[in-house]
Amino acid sequence: MEGMWYYTAVFFAAVFTNNILLANYLGMCSFLSVAKELKASVGLGIAVTFVMASTTVLNWMVYNFLLEPFGLEYLRFIVFIIVIAAFVQLVEMIIERVSESLYAALGIFLPLITVNCAILGVSLFMVIRDYDLVTSFFFGLGSGLGWFLAIMAMAGILQKLKKARIPKGLEGAGITLIITGIMALAFMGFAGMLMLG
Amino acid sequence: MIEALLISVLIVTSVAVFLALLMVIADATIANYGDVNINVNDGSKDLTVKGGQPLLKALNSEGIFIPSACGGRGSCGLCKVQVVKGGGQLLPTELPWLSEEERKDNVRLSCQFKVKEDIEIKIPEELFLVKEFKTRVAAIRDLTYDIKEVTLELIDPPEINAAAGQFIQFQVPEYELTDEEVYRAYSMSSAPSDNKHVELEIRLVPNGICTTYVHKFLKEGDLVTINGPYGDFYLRDTQREIIFVAGGSGMAPIKAILLDMEEKKISRKIRYFFGARSTRDLFLVDEMKRLENALPDFTFIPALSAPEEGEAWNGETGLITEVMDRMLEHVEETEAYLCGSPGMIDACIKVLEDKGVPEERIFYDKFA
Repeated sequence: MEGMWYYTAVFFAAVFTNNILLANYLGMCSFLSVAKELKASVGLGIAVTFVMASTTVLNWMVYNFLLEPFGLEYLRFIVFIIVIAAFVQLVEMIIERVSESLYAALGIFLPLITVNCAILGVSLFMVIRDYDLVTSFFFGLGSGLGWFLAIMAMAGILQKLKKARIPKGLEGAGITLIITGIMALAFMGFAGMLMLG
Repeated sequence: MIEALLISVLIVTSVAVFLALLMVIADATIANYGDVNINVNDGSKDLTVKGGQPLLKALNSEGIFIPSACGGRGSCGLCKVQVVKGGGQLLPTELPWLSEEERKDNVRLSCQFKVKEDIEIKIPEELFLVKEFKTRVAAIRDLTYDIKEVTLELIDPPEINAAAGQFIQFQVPEYELTDEEVYRAYSMSSAPSDNKHVELEIRLVPNGICTTYVHKFLKEGDLVTINGPYGDFYLRDTQREIIFVAGGSGMAPIKAILLDMEEKKISRKIRYFFGARSTRDLFLVDEMKRLENALPDFTFIPALSAPEEGEAWNGETGLITEVMDRMLEHVEETEAYLCGSPGMIDACIKVLEDKGVPEERIFYDKFA
């Protein structure tokens, strides 16, 4: 598979069949805490998509131009993490400075994302699957959108559940995890479509 | 081998240094808002602070303490401040804590709102006097089976300047029931003239974080941090007749006001209705007797709502509202001061209003 079709395939696989949240169960903590609020979920979803797409590209460059030439692949965990942290911090500062409304909508979620394991996960998958720069970008973008899709679906379901009578012991994270599991099963229905490595 | 090691150290260090430099530069340029001006209460104070920090922290660094229970994490919703000019739009982290009306008045959560430009704010005048005090527990005594009187001796600063009826916030350290410091508000029951001590009356609430701490763990000699004073529950300077109403530890601020009146030789007519279930819930009766003699026209009216069988009691019986309803006549010109549980206060306000006491002369301190 080459060219545009390949990118499209990677992109859609990242959204549906290999959804970072539902297939790999990464990025759960902010998912669990924010999905209660539909509006906040939108903000966090957009922020995650943006950060994932950009840090995957950044980390690809760091990995291929800096780590690999010196044979330092094993340092990727620590290097990726500092790149992500610095990038997120920088973006937060810039947003806060230039646009107040953007900061109110997205900026406050950025610190949450620094420690979101899905972001690091996507960068690591990119290495394992040996993607090139453009593919990495589409993979990052697709994973971000996939996470966005998952949190939106969960926020929608939780809105409906507000009026439902949930057994006391399952309130909060309990019921959210069960629903996430059911959603993951549903997403497995896409599995025949495409599959990533 | 050594070469590889050196290279890896070098690479990681240079990546880290590069990013750190980038952050330092960004901090000094992008995130540098310079000095900004905070105009407090129409110019009564003019503060110059470093821009970009939360308002709560900026005010704190200038010695103005806004009540806050969570330490600036946006999870208690107490540190509200009205921003009159400047400040921009509300953040999503503030929204859950603000009512429609507060949003209209541009009230902000000062721990979330960052000062990035010159602003004008309004805060209650008495907050200027609020300080943090290091204290030592000088005495603890039982007033009833579930109310303790705690006397704190101020260490640093050594004196507090408060009005009778005001309250302080008591800092509870981490212990069994809480994994973070929390603050709870208690009225001072000591006379303001004794400005070296703060006396509190604390009733045990089952599973209450602070009350359990005070009743089960606090010992004489322990160090306690408090801040204050807060509140507008103090005696208004008029010549009107006074009605006090309290239940349980609602005694505290009223006792402080009475002691203050005794010292200042204020000779207004006073009636004090105190509600309790049975005699074992009554306390400081001797002190009230003494004040009845010391003050020119003071009557203490304790009322028992559920006296126990065979109890020797020749005072009033019934709910405090029933007793007030029975005893108050022609009270349109009085002032009323109420302190106790929200349920009790709401019921008493209704009785007083029915008797013709206007709303603006009914002052209360609800224990939430």
